[in-house]
This record gives sequence, C-alpha cells and structure tokens, in this order.
Amino acid sequence: MALDTGPILRVEGISKSYAETVAVKPLSFALPAGSVTGLLGGNGAGKTTTIGMVMGLIEPTTGMIEIFGRDFLEDRYRALGRMNFESPYVDMPHRLTVRQNLTVFGRLYGVRDIKGKIEELAADLALAEFLDRPSGRLSAGQKTRVALAKALINEPELLLLDEPTASLDPDTADWARAHLEAYRRRRNCAILLASHNMAEVERLCDRVLMLKQGSLVDDGSPAELLTHYGRANLEEVFLDVARGRANGAAV
Amino acid sequence: MSASFEFSLARVGAMTLRYSYLLRSSMPRMLEMMYWPTVQMLTWGFLQSYLLRAPGGLVGADKTTIAAGSLIGAVLLWDILLRGQQGFSFSFLEEMWSRNIANLFMSPLRPAEFVASMMAMSLIRLFVGMVPVTILAIWFFGFNLWALGLAFVAFFAILIVFAWSVGLFVSGLLLRYGLGAENLVWSLMFVIQPLGCVYYPVAVLPSWLQPICWALPPTYVFEGLRGVLVDHAPRVDLMLAGLALDGILFTAASFAFVRLLAAARRAGTLLQTGE
Repeated sequence: MALDTGPILRVEGISKSYAETVAVKPLSFALPAGSVTGLLGGNGAGKTTTIGMVMGLIEPTTGMIEIFGRDFLEDRYRALGRMNFESPYVDMPHRLTVRQNLTVFGRLYGVRDIKGKIEELAADLALAEFLDRPSGRLSAGQKTRVALAKALINEPELLLLDEPTASLDPDTADWARAHLEAYRRRRNCAILLASHNMAEVERLCDRVLMLKQGSLVDDGSPAELLTHYGRANLEEVFLDVARGRANGAAV
Repeated sequence: MSASFEFSLARVGAMTLRYSYLLRSSMPRMLEMMYWPTVQMLTWGFLQSYLLRAPGGLVGADKTTIAAGSLIGAVLLWDILLRGQQGFSFSFLEEMWSRNIANLFMSPLRPAEFVASMMAMSLIRLFVGMVPVTILAIWFFGFNLWALGLAFVAFFAILIVFAWSVGLFVSGLLLRYGLGAENLVWSLMFVIQPLGCVYYPVAVLPSWLQPICWALPPTYVFEGLRGVLVDHAPRVDLMLAGLALDGILFTAASFAFVRLLAAARRAGTLLQTGE
C-alpha cells in the first residue's frame, strides 16, 4: 500500500548515452497512483531504454528517479518488491511448468499464500488448463497470459509494460488490455506503458509522452494530442511526429 | 548502487528451488553429471593400475606415490573443482539462455542472494555427480577418498571456494559481455589444470613458473594430497595457505562481479541477454 501522497514515480531529467550515441535526452515526468502513461514512439525512440532505467536495469547517464518517494538509484530494493513488469522480450524459464515459474516468482516477491495466489491468477487469467505445462510449450497468447500473471503476482503498485501485446492476435491483445484496465481500477496502480500500438495507447493511457530519436516531442492526454495535431486518431498523430509534420503539414 | 544490505534466505531458497525444478526435469542431465566424472575416474584408475603392474614400469618413490592413489585421488579432486565451477556457472547460464535475467534483476532478489543460490546449487550438483563416483572408485580401485577424513574436508573447502571464485568472475563477464563470453565457462578452468599441478609436483615445473602455481589455491590441495597419501602427514601449512589465498581470490572475484554488474547496467546489457 502506497503511503506517499506524491506521485508513485517521479523522473527528473534522466538521460542515457552510450559512447557517442544519445539514446534518451533529458526526460522528466511523474506518474500519480491510478494513472496510465504511455511512451509512444517508433523504433529507436528511446521507449525501452526509458523503461529499462525505471526498472533499474539501465543506469541513467544523468537525472534522478524517485519511486514511492525514495531515491530509486540509491536504493532500488525497497521499491522493487512493490513493482513489476512485463515484456514479450523477456522470457520465463522454458523447462519449468507455469506453476513452478509462478511459485518461484511468488517466493522471490515474498507472496504469503502462493498456492492461493496462483489459483486466483489462474482463474482470473484463464491459466488453469496449462498450469502444469512447461512454459516453453505455450502459444504466444498463453505466454502473454503467464507473463501477465508473473507481473501481477505481487499486486504491484507500479507496473511497467514494454509492448505488452506485441505479436498477439487482436482478440488476445484486446483481452490483455481489458485485464490491465481492470487491474488498474481495482488496485489504483500506476502504469508506465511503452508501445507503438496506437490503439492500445489510445485505449489505456490518460497521458502520452511522444518520443522521437530520444527526445520528448509532445506530452498530453490522447484527446489533447488529437486536438493539437488536428487528427482523428493517434496513428495519424504518430505519423505526423515521425515524419516531422505539424498539423499535417511538413515542417 | 544500493544502500540496502538485507539478505533473505527465503529468496535464496526460491532460486535454489527453481534450479532443483530444472535439475529434476531432465534425467539425461542428471546422468550427464555422473557420466564424465565416471569416465575420467575409470580412465585414470586403469592407467594407474597399468603403471603399477607393467613389467619394467615404475620403481622407487614414483611407484610408491602412484600406488598410494595419487593419480585417482587427483582425478577425483580435479573433478570436484571443475564440476563445482561448472555447476555454479551452469545455473547462471540457464538464466541467460532462458532470457530470465531481466526478470530476476528487477525482482527483490539481491545479487548476493543470487550468488548464494548458485553456490548451493553447485554443492547439490556436486553431491549428485560425485558421490556415486567416489563409491565406484572404492569398488573398482580400492581408493577411498572419504578415508582422508579432515584432510578431505580441507581439500574440498579450498577447491569449492576457488571454483565459486572462478564461476563468479565468469558470471560477471557474461553479464557484461553476454553469451559471447560463454566459452570461458567451459574452458577457463582448463588453464588452471597445468598450473594447479594436479598430476605432478610443483617441483617438476620450471622455476619461473612455480610462483604462478603457488598463487593458485588448487596447487596447495594437490601438493597436500600427495603429502597425505605418501607421507600420511596432513600439511596444515599448505591448507592454511590455500584457504587464505581462497579468501583473497573470492573477495577479488566478488568485487569484479559487482563492478561488472554495474558496468552491465551502464551498458544496458541486462536487457539484452539471451540467445
């Protein structure tokens, strides 16, 4: 339970450079409880690097990250038990069954009634039929459900999602989004979502940070962005940003 | 950087449980853990038998040393060293192969807990792989490693801590440089073999090489083994020196692991692990 009245996540001027390449230019934002913020941008925009810095897996070159009111770069472990993440690019051990994988992660996160929690997640995410199947023998949709179960096993107050529905069919992707929305409402959890799926961002996010080549180029709610660019949907806004156009005209 | 030094046995247990699930899931892997040590022990054991029985073969001190079991004893202790390191590194590689590193490093699992679980697993794998082989050595060649008693405890402690030091250092390299460094897992210990004087005394090596040999803890074990078997006199001085060197090397390896982990965070390689 977050005791802090401030934002769950506050990022001030974080940037990341590799040798002579700037992956993310100084970026600041904050996530209040119950909010969903999208990082939107094309390939190489800096979305995954930004998520990686907030996960503590990539050290920022500059800036500070505060999670649950504490300096995350100085002491990440106090926060890590209260957050979690999901990405299709990070896997779970293939030879372990789904139940074994969830048991191990439940123990790592100090979940009290692991068996009960797994049963609850299995019912919630329709995992029951393949709980005892090795994770490597699951379909892409089943893997996403399992990854979501792992991401929710500790009931995180901060959830980081890196393209959570990539490579899923529309039906499974829609199902995953609906589940995330329901979880966010139930837990009042803050979600940071990196995606280049416009429909997903439009549906889930109440704020969008538009990134291009490591820079923040726009910031607002989906409705504000649509108004600002005079577009009917975020896909058109995305194309305007990617192609350097303002209000549809080349700049 | 972290200001928290909390260590949780529950999280170590969670990781050890994960590796034991893996171990139990594959009978061929279980058998393989016994297979190579058995092949090694039989090959060297029969060679030892041949050297002792061949007409015009070994005489004098050489015969006494070999007859005492120095070859087969060295093979068994060498396997403890090699399999101890590989057991440690194998657990680590499993995380890399299954692209699970990011899941672990953003969980509450501390690096020290992760390392402790790999140590525990290296002991479990050694137990599964080596105990049957030591029993076979008694059956085939009448050589009882367990009969060395306290000397064996000291040998084992020196070898396993050195094995963990090498495993820790290689794991750091894997974190920083990815699976491109995987070959080191399988090959680094073989550099130690000639310098650790597994099958021959340090004295037979060129004098300029001997100080390098004495900088390696295994050298103290294999010299100590020959001392125990031939002279029936445990060399406490060698064991203490080996343990002291182990302490220094393990500290250095831990420091290197922490630095390489920090370098991996700077380079962003923790998110890019996997095949």
